[in-house]
Amino acid sequence: MTSRLISWLTAFALFTSGKSLGARTWVVAPGTALSSINDAIARAKPYDTVLVRGGLYREAVVVDRPLTLRGEGRPVLDGEGLRQPVSIRASHVAVSGFRVVRSGSASLEDLAGIKVYNARYVYVFNNDLDSNFFGIYLSNSRLCWVTGNALRAYGEIEQTSGNGIHAWKCDSIFIADNRIRGHRDGIYFEFVTHSRIERNVSIHNVRYGLHFMFSHQDDYTHNTFMYNGAGVAVMYTREVLMRYNTFANNVGASAYGMLLKDIQRSEISDNVFYNNTVAIFMEGCTRSQLERNEFRHNGWAVRIHASCENNLFRHNNFIANTFEVTTNNQLSLNTFEQNYWDHYTGYDLNRDGIGDVPHLPVSLFAMISQQMPYAMMFWRSFGVLLLERAERAIPSLCPDNLRDRSPLMKPYHVAHSKHK
Amino acid sequence: MLKIARYALYDILRNRFVVAYGLFWVLVSMSFFNLESDPVKGMASLLNILLMALPLMSVVFASIHLYNSYEFMELVLAQPIRRSEVLLGQYSGVAGSLCASFGIGMGVPVLLYEGSLRGFLLVGCGLVLTLVFVSLAFLAAVLMRDKARGIGLALLIWFFCTILYDGLVLMGMFAFSDYPLERVILVLAFLNPVDLARIAMLLQLDAAALMGYTGALFHHFFGSALGIGLAVLLMAVWVVWPLLWALRIFQRKDL
Repeated sequence: MTSRLISWLTAFALFTSGKSLGARTWVVAPGTALSSINDAIARAKPYDTVLVRGGLYREAVVVDRPLTLRGEGRPVLDGEGLRQPVSIRASHVAVSGFRVVRSGSASLEDLAGIKVYNARYVYVFNNDLDSNFFGIYLSNSRLCWVTGNALRAYGEIEQTSGNGIHAWKCDSIFIADNRIRGHRDGIYFEFVTHSRIERNVSIHNVRYGLHFMFSHQDDYTHNTFMYNGAGVAVMYTREVLMRYNTFANNVGASAYGMLLKDIQRSEISDNVFYNNTVAIFMEGCTRSQLERNEFRHNGWAVRIHASCENNLFRHNNFIANTFEVTTNNQLSLNTFEQNYWDHYTGYDLNRDGIGDVPHLPVSLFAMISQQMPYAMMFWRSFGVLLLERAERAIPSLCPDNLRDRSPLMKPYHVAHSKHK
Repeated sequence: MLKIARYALYDILRNRFVVAYGLFWVLVSMSFFNLESDPVKGMASLLNILLMALPLMSVVFASIHLYNSYEFMELVLAQPIRRSEVLLGQYSGVAGSLCASFGIGMGVPVLLYEGSLRGFLLVGCGLVLTLVFVSLAFLAAVLMRDKARGIGLALLIWFFCTILYDGLVLMGMFAFSDYPLERVILVLAFLNPVDLARIAMLLQLDAAALMGYTGALFHHFFGSALGIGLAVLLMAVWVVWPLLWALRIFQRKDL
């Protein structure tokens, strides 16, 4: 963590020091001698500033040298559905204060509102992006910041819309305080390592709010993912830290609060999962820890496949979910301990806050409705409740080694404050 | 008819059952809302109690009341009053008093703890189920001259609707699980008034889970104007046809 912090500080130091070496400011405004941003860039020396005044600019801006490109009065860069409004092909570049609209779209090339190619120390902040194919695209770059941008697109199907913030083969990037809406995937990472993603809000995207693959050792904190077509999907990754995020209202036949596929040695803690069809779906995950998460009002809180092993669920609160845990096998190689389950019917005679009989979070009807989905129509009917009780008393179909041997009697935070 | 309804109402209020019934619902709903930390959880538990207890109590109370007021009805029928007026008067007296005590007994706690659409839907479902089961009880009481058999039949109707029907459908579902049963199950669930009420609440309480697999068929159907219209229509049919049938028998019956 500290090494990462140091690299940020160096990045910032390098950037600001470059700026102070007697750099010039070129002012671009419509109707003046300097009315083209590209002309200004061509005249600028490295580490100069190009200040763009409010107005409409119909050009494909290409930044090919270290530069500060600053918009004042929200100048509009219009791609007219044909070109890429901003391409950054140099390191040490800052782009801020623009409104970037209508990038072109293509099947072969991923055109974006703002695209960064093979660069380092690029800062993209406080821009508005509207109706672009891809929003902000980082390709093979390191030590870049993307903060405080608002991205809006109006995608309806996956094939014709691009991702909001897309990073491919990057390292040590920082994505924070962005608002993304209506893209294909809100945030998409492929081969992105050692990065931090904080306080972003990704909502109403066509497919996933967050989607990453092969992106090791990244931290995701305080983000919000809501109303996305299929929730959040993270795959083929190890050593991820996800804390204090909110996954809410991802509802539909294939929507997940979070889908974890082949995730290893990761930590998923202190998150809130609210009103998702499936809060967490796990497949092929190993040696991860899920602690202090709150699962509330979900259809299925946790669906864990038999291919998962050595994962630890501890101190999570399961409240008012239709079903708590389901699995696809009798065998379970994961540990559940000291969680709070509101379906728990046991007792606590010695009053130590821990139930005296184990809790079996897998209910019979959850298993049945996995095989016969339409059986859901009889959920909460008296006959079904009788079946459930009978199964809990004498488990025959449910995996009885998937159990919490020390269920909490009260939700975790309550128990915690009591211990203090 | 109004006069007879009023007499029936006085009669019912005198034996204080209705007051106790209302208090029962106050007690049950207050305790569930207080016991459960999450109001949705409280509503779910309340729904379970409601689907069992409300039809049972309505059915038993209505059939006993009708048998007990047979002499009164015979006396009244000596006057120039139509038989249908007498029976409908009794029906409105019984159903009205049960609805009022349930509506107040459960409506007030729901208003206090969960003043939302789903709260009012729960109370609404209870009211409609009261109307349905009072009407079924009247049918049973009119069909059987013997009091014990009549109450027995009423209980059987209750048992069938709340427990047996779902059990049978579930058994059928397991037996034919190799076939696509979505539509069949949907139709079958629609034919039972208790299931109709339960599913209406399910859509409020377990929306996230329902949107899972069955989402497409299920949610679209119930969410659509057609689905809601059909559900309301079927409930109305469940109130009206047993009552009309009972009326037909009552009019021709040798008292």
